[in-house]
Amino acid sequence: MSLTLLLVQGLNGLQLGILLFLIAAGLTLVFGVMDFINLAHGVQYMLGAYFAAHFAAATDSFWLALLLALPATLLVGLVLEFLVFRHLYDRDHMAQVLATFGVILILNDGVRWVFGSAPLQVPMPEALTGGFPIMDGLLYPHYRLAIIAGGLATAGLLWWLVERTKVGMLIRAGATNAPMVAALGVDIRRLFMVVFGFGAMLAGFAGVMAAPILSVEPGMGDNLLILAFVVIVIGGIGSVRGAFLAALLVGLVETLGRSLMPDVMRLFLDPSSARQVGAALASMLVYIAMAAILALRPAGLFPVRTA
Amino acid sequence: MQRWKQEVPAVLLLAGLGLAPFIGFGEGYVLTLLARAMILAMAAVSLSFIVGGAGLVSLGHAAMLGFGAYAVVILDDLQIVEAMVVLPVAMLAAAGFALVTGAIAIRTSGVHFIMITLAFGQMAYFTATSLSGYGGDDGYTLYARSEVNGARILSDRLGFHFICLGALTLTWLFCRMLLASRFGRVLRAVRGNPMRARALGFSPYPYRLVAYVIAGAIGGAAGFLFANATEFVAPAYISWQRSGELLFMVILGGISGLHGALLGALGFVLLEEWLSHQWEHWRIAFGVLLILAVLFLPNGLAGIPNQVARMFRRG
Repeated sequence: MSLTLLLVQGLNGLQLGILLFLIAAGLTLVFGVMDFINLAHGVQYMLGAYFAAHFAAATDSFWLALLLALPATLLVGLVLEFLVFRHLYDRDHMAQVLATFGVILILNDGVRWVFGSAPLQVPMPEALTGGFPIMDGLLYPHYRLAIIAGGLATAGLLWWLVERTKVGMLIRAGATNAPMVAALGVDIRRLFMVVFGFGAMLAGFAGVMAAPILSVEPGMGDNLLILAFVVIVIGGIGSVRGAFLAALLVGLVETLGRSLMPDVMRLFLDPSSARQVGAALASMLVYIAMAAILALRPAGLFPVRTA
Repeated sequence: MQRWKQEVPAVLLLAGLGLAPFIGFGEGYVLTLLARAMILAMAAVSLSFIVGGAGLVSLGHAAMLGFGAYAVVILDDLQIVEAMVVLPVAMLAAAGFALVTGAIAIRTSGVHFIMITLAFGQMAYFTATSLSGYGGDDGYTLYARSEVNGARILSDRLGFHFICLGALTLTWLFCRMLLASRFGRVLRAVRGNPMRARALGFSPYPYRLVAYVIAGAIGGAAGFLFANATEFVAPAYISWQRSGELLFMVILGGISGLHGALLGALGFVLLEEWLSHQWEHWRIAFGVLLILAVLFLPNGLAGIPNQVARMFRRG
């Protein structure tokens, strides 16, 4: 394991963390404000990627595709809110989980129906195709750096929205004690629609950005959804700051673990089993971290509710 | 009066499963499907026991099946196929895993319990993928089904059908008995209001842990049957999607009683199978049905009779 590889893997981990944060931010707000478990949040990410693929093919421009995909995911999010989620706010978590699982099934198979099961490719935007020399003879793709930059900028915007605007204040208040906010005369339902639509769009944005470097396929959001849940539980439900730090932590642990663990295991085991055990351990690391954090700090690292 | 009425659907269902092979559902393919449905129903009933009875919503129950199934695999590799040995080992392995993970998980509650059980389930899943001696990711094909006292009862289709039915019935009766006992009443009291239960002098923790371990052992038994039904075990059986499915079966059926899990599991598996023959994109229809079930059946499938009765009374 050379320093260069470590640096590259660190950047890759950062980039995964950024994508995770964009998904987890909406999830944690929806969960925190309305106590609503939305399993269908991962499909918003998938839809973002599919919209990007579709519009990129239609307009021949990544930027136009980005511009069109964002309102499209927003629209889908609002339609889902209107058709399904709105009727589940007053139900228990179990009902929410089952119904949003139904939404996952519909949309995963829906995109398979419309776009086929073959993975789609989205070309990288022309301006970002090159690489950035981080060391002699090693280029790190511009596009991946752009993802990190775009994600950080979005995180900054989100921080400003949540911490410095009136809507953000209401959201924070809602995450701490929603019934009280409603009692003070705020239309909590409308607030939730705003949060929900915005969260859906953020997840869609993550999907658009990931589309050129991953293959766009049905079900691509499912595993990220579980990681996003890990992130919001580690960070503390309802806390955007917690989600940000936890997302970077999970992204780094996941990526660095995958490249480091097999090497570490080689110290104890023969190469072939070291590879297998190392890979398994690496995948487990995130969950071990979550179990440890939950066992020691059940409310996560940055608890919002102080009850 | 009310109490025995509640049990009618479950008894009818089990009786129907007993009759099924003799009224035109005796083909090999149908029996295989029914066996799978009954085994999953067994796991779902044990999950419903802790979800409905103790308020422990586990998203890692497939790991219990996994421990049972991998116990069969590992013993099969050692050429031990005697069910009298394999079954207890499978149940003990799952119970042991439930004891260790439950001891930590039960300290948390609500969503955190869901997530920590998910974490332990994923750890079991990734451990299974690393078992290169047993096929790793690709899974392991059994040499033969387990034997009982040297007799190959489990290899006989009809015999296996009734073994699964017997195991399911036993599971249902056992969990029902537990819930009706003093132990079950304490569990429900703790679920309803932990503080009041504590004020009455009950410490919730040991009761919940014991319930969790019992559910784990039953899950292990279901895993033993599952491995025998498919004669093949792969890590995919333990993935979180599987745990999710078990939970969805329980919710779909309704968590107010154990018969809900029976209805939910059989309904889920059979509907899935039927729909998948109707349309290539059957999951769309399945998803719509799940959403409709949540919106219009607040008490799950098990609540339908009451809902219908109420409609008639009103109308």
